[in-house]
Amino acid sequence: MQDLADLYQAVILDHNRRPRNFVAMESPDRVAVGDNPVCGDHYTVFLRLEGDRISEVSFQGAGCAISKASASVMTSLLKGKTAEEARKIYEKFHQMVTTGEVDPENLSDLSAFAGVYQFPARIKCATLSWHAALNAVADPEAGKVSTEE
Amino acid sequence: MKAIETLRKDFPILHQQVNGFDLVYFDNAATTQKPRAVLDVLMHYYECDNSNVHRGIHTLSHRATVAYEAARERVASFIGARTEEVVFTRGTTEGINLVARAWGDANLRAGDRILLTEMEHHSNLVPWQLLAERTGAELIFLPITGDEGLLDLERLDVLLSDGVKLFAFTHISNALGTINPAGELCRRAREKGVITLVDAAQSVGHAPLDVMDLGCDFLVFSGHKMCAPTGIGALYGRFDLLQSLPPFHGGGEMILTVDWLHSDWKRAPHKFEAGTPNISGAIALAAAMDYLDAIGRDAIFAHDRELGAYAADRLRELPNLRLLGPRDERSGIVSFHLNDIHSHDIVSFADHRGIALRGGHHCTQPLMRRLGLDSTTRASFYFYNNREEIDRFVEVLSEIQTFFG
Repeated sequence: MQDLADLYQAVILDHNRRPRNFVAMESPDRVAVGDNPVCGDHYTVFLRLEGDRISEVSFQGAGCAISKASASVMTSLLKGKTAEEARKIYEKFHQMVTTGEVDPENLSDLSAFAGVYQFPARIKCATLSWHAALNAVADPEAGKVSTEE
Repeated sequence: MKAIETLRKDFPILHQQVNGFDLVYFDNAATTQKPRAVLDVLMHYYECDNSNVHRGIHTLSHRATVAYEAARERVASFIGARTEEVVFTRGTTEGINLVARAWGDANLRAGDRILLTEMEHHSNLVPWQLLAERTGAELIFLPITGDEGLLDLERLDVLLSDGVKLFAFTHISNALGTINPAGELCRRAREKGVITLVDAAQSVGHAPLDVMDLGCDFLVFSGHKMCAPTGIGALYGRFDLLQSLPPFHGGGEMILTVDWLHSDWKRAPHKFEAGTPNISGAIALAAAMDYLDAIGRDAIFAHDRELGAYAADRLRELPNLRLLGPRDERSGIVSFHLNDIHSHDIVSFADHRGIALRGGHHCTQPLMRRLGLDSTTRASFYFYNNREEIDRFVEVLSEIQTFFG
């Protein structure tokens, strides 16, 4: 049996209650929206860039505990990373939430999401804001990503 | 009504543990469970009578045809229609699309209006949007009164004027649990010469229903929400209307003679049933109707409303719970928003206590936006549910509030 505590780890509940960098950014360089029309999860990710590096990142929006905590952890991790570094972190994260395998090189708070793989319906919740952010980093014109397209 | 415990014995699926707890199945508005009597009919059909219908000369084909057409008679008697007024469909959605195509394309033109309500399921909205795009007709909406989710009947007469050709509405709202006064709505539409379509998906298996009493022109429903399998449903249409319409799909079964460039159709209802139909589904639907009538639809309706009222009372005990739907006279569908906890978190948690709920927009995205909500959590009951299950459900919600609080 999957354990509820595997899905809703303390780190996730904490980020859900007190999301970090949960604020609209003034004059961001990039803005991206992540939508899951199936459940109504809806986030806006704001980025400021210095060259190839993400200097500031914040988010706003609403959704389930998994999606909100994931966005919150993401904003903490992406600050100061290059686009390439950000993509690598996401690839590890995606690997973990789809297989349950945790990279021993430590994904910090992200490892709290390892239990998500046991709940296939919730994987999209965990990756929604990441899709939005990485799209925005890669493409100045990226405005919106949807889980259903 | 027979004791609930006796009825529960008819449903093999209910007797299982989910995640270590006795299953509480509260997702009946999505689909109901199937009693042994219906499963037996399905099995018997495939073991003894399976064959294609209508043109076969051999014995099995004759048996299948007789059973299929007897099922049509059974559906007709269940809803107070004539046999030739019952078209078998895949379900509610196909029934609405059939009317939108066959009736809509032939009868609507630019400037005509289609009246819907703000509480319609996407299946009673999107087909009309497509029809409006094809014909240049316009959609207008009868508003609801807010969280109580009652139709604003004072606006009805004004909205029914002014070029409205069709009024399509749900009998019982899948998202709010509202029981709409379908008979009054049909009567007021008919007074103005407006054709009506009733979406009876949530009502036909839960309450007594008679199309002549309602005075509707079309009525649609699905079998799987009333103890029958998925993939079978029916459309009722007034016979003169059905007979006046062009076909929906073309193919075998629906034709009289076919030439290279032209074909002649059968009369209604067969003109609307192209291709090999869902024979076993139709027969099982008739069996489900026998099963429901043996319990009594009055008794089922009373039980649904009693559980709906009990659940609403118990839910009001919880702090920070926003309950949607009517204060009085609600059906067995209860929809709510709890603190700022997302419905999918609630549903995941409840699932781990063995309780099957539904969270999301319930295929009513515009309604959710109208109410300022992304989603709600919904519990929906049937005659095999009881108060003890509701008590367990409310306890788990209380636990959820603490967990995510």
